[in-house]
Amino acid sequence: MTLAEKILAAHTGKKKVAPGELVSVRVDLVMANDITAPIAIREFRRLGLSRVFDPKKVVLVPSHFAPNKDINSAGQAKLMREFAREQGCIYFEQGQGGIEHVLLPQKGMVVPGYVYVGADSHTCTSGALGAFATGMGSTDIAVAMATGEIWMRVPHTIKLVYHGKLNKWVRSKDLILYTIGQIGVDGALYASMEFHGDALKGLSMDSRFTMSNMAVEAGAKVGLFPVDEVTLEYVRARSKRPYTVYEPDLDAQYAEVHEFDVTNLEPQIAFPHLPSKTRPLSQVGDIKIDQVFIGSCTNGKIEDLREAASIMRGKYVAPWVRCIVIPASNEIYLQALREGLIETFVEAGAAFSTSTCGPCLGGYMGVLAEGERCVSTSNRNFVGRMGHPKSEVYLASPAVAAASAILGRIAGPAEVVH
Amino acid sequence: MKIRGFAHKYGADVDTDVIIPARYLNVSDSAELAKHCMEDIDADFVKRVKPGDVIVATTNFGCGSSREHAPIAIKTAGVSCIIAKSFARIFFRNSINLGLPVLECDGVCEETDKGDLLEVELATGEIRNVTKGKTYRAKPYPEFMLDLIKVGGLIEYTKQKLDIRRR
Repeated sequence: MTLAEKILAAHTGKKKVAPGELVSVRVDLVMANDITAPIAIREFRRLGLSRVFDPKKVVLVPSHFAPNKDINSAGQAKLMREFAREQGCIYFEQGQGGIEHVLLPQKGMVVPGYVYVGADSHTCTSGALGAFATGMGSTDIAVAMATGEIWMRVPHTIKLVYHGKLNKWVRSKDLILYTIGQIGVDGALYASMEFHGDALKGLSMDSRFTMSNMAVEAGAKVGLFPVDEVTLEYVRARSKRPYTVYEPDLDAQYAEVHEFDVTNLEPQIAFPHLPSKTRPLSQVGDIKIDQVFIGSCTNGKIEDLREAASIMRGKYVAPWVRCIVIPASNEIYLQALREGLIETFVEAGAAFSTSTCGPCLGGYMGVLAEGERCVSTSNRNFVGRMGHPKSEVYLASPAVAAASAILGRIAGPAEVVH
Repeated sequence: MKIRGFAHKYGADVDTDVIIPARYLNVSDSAELAKHCMEDIDADFVKRVKPGDVIVATTNFGCGSSREHAPIAIKTAGVSCIIAKSFARIFFRNSINLGLPVLECDGVCEETDKGDLLEVELATGEIRNVTKGKTYRAKPYPEFMLDLIKVGGLIEYTKQKLDIRRR
């Protein structure tokens, strides 16, 4: 069995499961946010139950329009907060949490071997921990909150193997953008992506989360990393929850295997309006920009902020550019403060904010006007994603985003750091 | 159950951000969401759509965000059914859970023009383009999903299951 099949089998009480099989799966953790929880709560009430299956396994996080951007979003956040209090669920208030996909692993709430379902497509981020983490809609999450179980179709698995040694300034964001460029936005539709290869061996947890985060951008249900010492060190430092390490069998059946030699890979940029429209940096041309966003559940982690700060230190953003930096959690905010990174960003002329999804989904804190272009470290560049339907989003790594902010056009860090 | 309506045609990778942009997600009211359905790729959709109409598209319909607001907006706008070559998985689940039929079928979109009259027989998966005189057969649902659709979605299905357990 593959890694996905192993974890699902263990949560269905079966010895073996096979791709395509419909199974009822026990879940270890259920999550919703300020956008998806209101509908999930409404559907939960329709079930006629008074209590969630286990309040210590249900997490609610205000992140998308929080701190609330308007009266309506305040109402949605209030509804969720009151439900969390009523049920005694786990809840992270604004200023004490962050974006759920970065926050929950940090708080030790997701561990290897878990089945974790969340009402947000980027729930798959936690696949980096060797947990079967997948996004669903509000109604599915309502049922999971109520019963602790959910139906799933066992996904087939696509194995992705990365060989070689990464160039300077090439990061996991470039690997996943390159992968999506190769296989397409539906290249892993309904599938589990399993990440392997010597090029990934030294990757930090922060870097792995970035790759798993964007598995859904290839249509995948989950993006899994096998557990190793790097995973265990991260988990042991943060969690007391019992975990289980599963490994794919040597004779596991993969629907597809893709091998990539990434030795000469350049930083990758995804052009509007799909994450698969990738180009290597050398083929980008001269593209003037209006905004840079460094943040989101994809690249708002401490490693990302350190990298961006190292490029922007002692420099100033181009006069026609707004640069917005938003840490993905409050823990990261505090760490950035202690390390002097915030000072670096502010001195470089960037706006720095408390943790929120903010501009990533065009909520607030950096919405684009008609015709504007943004280089963003987030995960989606669909039409109207960050604002006006005639605005453009270019996806890139924090290093490329930081360099672009300084030069006012899409640029690589090698042009800025000598 | 027979569906009969006129076609609205789209291409590949119609994402949930264009189905219902995030700027409208500060409410959960179905009618409010429906007012902005498809706004960013088809500004007149809401004005044109009539109850019972059918959306046809090619691959990966509903990709992106898990927002259930997307199928809610489409259903509440009056659409009775979506036919596509393939669907993004979360959108597919959400639609079935809500009782919005979504059918996977090759060839329909390519051979259908905007405004063609379509008929869909859900029980058999037969799709007929009345205007063009062509017939297609959608990929059948697994039995479990048919049960789910029959009882009216996941909430009703779960309610029945919970009732059985309580007895």
